[in-house]
Amino acid sequence: MRVTQGAFSFLPDLSDAQIRAQVEYCLKNGWAVSVEHTDDIHPRNTYWEMFGMPMFDLHDAAGVMQEIDACRKTFPNEYVRVNAFDSTRGWETVRLSFIVNRPPAEPGFRLRRTEAEGRVQRYSIEAYAADRPHGERYR
Amino acid sequence: MAALVAPASQPAAADVAADIAQLLAELDRELVGLAPVKKRIAEIAALLAVDRARAQHGLAGPPPGLHMCFTGNPGTGKTTVAMKMAGILHRLGYSRKGHLVAVTRDDLVGQYIGHTAPKTKEVLKRAMGGVLFIDEAYYLYRPENERDYGQEAVEILLQVMENQREDLVVILAGYKDRMDRFFECNPGFASRIAHHVDFPDYSREELMRIAALMLERMGYRFDAGARAAFERYLERRMARPHFANARSVRNALDRARLRHASRVFVKLAEADRDTLTTIVASDILASRVFEQEEGTTDEHG
Repeated sequence: MRVTQGAFSFLPDLSDAQIRAQVEYCLKNGWAVSVEHTDDIHPRNTYWEMFGMPMFDLHDAAGVMQEIDACRKTFPNEYVRVNAFDSTRGWETVRLSFIVNRPPAEPGFRLRRTEAEGRVQRYSIEAYAADRPHGERYR
Repeated sequence: MAALVAPASQPAAADVAADIAQLLAELDRELVGLAPVKKRIAEIAALLAVDRARAQHGLAGPPPGLHMCFTGNPGTGKTTVAMKMAGILHRLGYSRKGHLVAVTRDDLVGQYIGHTAPKTKEVLKRAMGGVLFIDEAYYLYRPENERDYGQEAVEILLQVMENQREDLVVILAGYKDRMDRFFECNPGFASRIAHHVDFPDYSREELMRIAALMLERMGYRFDAGARAAFERYLERRMARPHFANARSVRNALDRARLRHASRVFVKLAEADRDTLTTIVASDILASRVFEQEEGTTDEHG
């Protein structure tokens, strides 16, 4: 099941040229771009692992593309995303975030039903891949 | 999906030629002297224009290496030209963004093991799409200390200079003799730099023209006496040690402004526009350069 998180995730995967164009847009707006990766794709997992520091004062997407490539090479079987942080007062938040790398196979999520008090049923989801320990998922 | 990426526009060859001519004319106006430097810039401009024309005929080759090394005495305009170079390369369509990141050893070399590589890479990332200007590049490498981290920075630099030519132009600058020694210790560096440009010292006439340009930008002017006095000043100053070409001229003018200010300040109420802008001979002649005794070697003349 294809994970749809962040921008553009309902579209086919972006090509490198398209990613570069998006990063150029972010830099044009003065946002600090960073690269993150994870193998725990639960929707509530907001904070992924940082791959290097966020990149400030860049003028060109080449530096970001280099980081993205390095991250993909290091973690080919993990999700990699690009975040663009806007430090403008009043925003101070991530303005754009999109996935740039996915594992070759995405098994999807299990729906877990839990019996609670009375006839109440609680639902939760968890990734099938999360059954295996961190670092051994999506192999 | 392809619509997400805008197509790169290619200007016509005639436009490019006109633009280059205009650019070189501007350069001629703004920079006094420096004939070899201007010649090299004209050559590079021609090469890039021809390369673009070739590409339109399907004769695309790898991008030419444009890393440069500026050598010359202090105050000969190395930094100024580097600043201009970023804009020039941008207008010629070689550099994508045309910004200049000026660094020295401190910005590249770390303090402890494992500090240098991320630091250097961060600087390189910031400079991508533009020009990385390394002032006094010979400090990067210190042969007397074999555990110096400069070597690591040099290796990362070399790798990027070789592999990412289209992303980044590196300009090294420094004094001639020390740069030569630096290249001797790092032969890889010298061979990866296509353009070694030597900045000649300015002649006295050129320095006078530079002074005139500087004064114009500051909103002052010489009267006839001051011009003659300044010419005599230059003659004496050039013979003294630590003469730093245009930088010495700027310092001399700044000090003349100080003297002009203290002269005008006394009668500030009755100062008109002419008094406020005119530097007279006495402002120049008060300089210590005109004192007869020798032995002072400092820059404050």
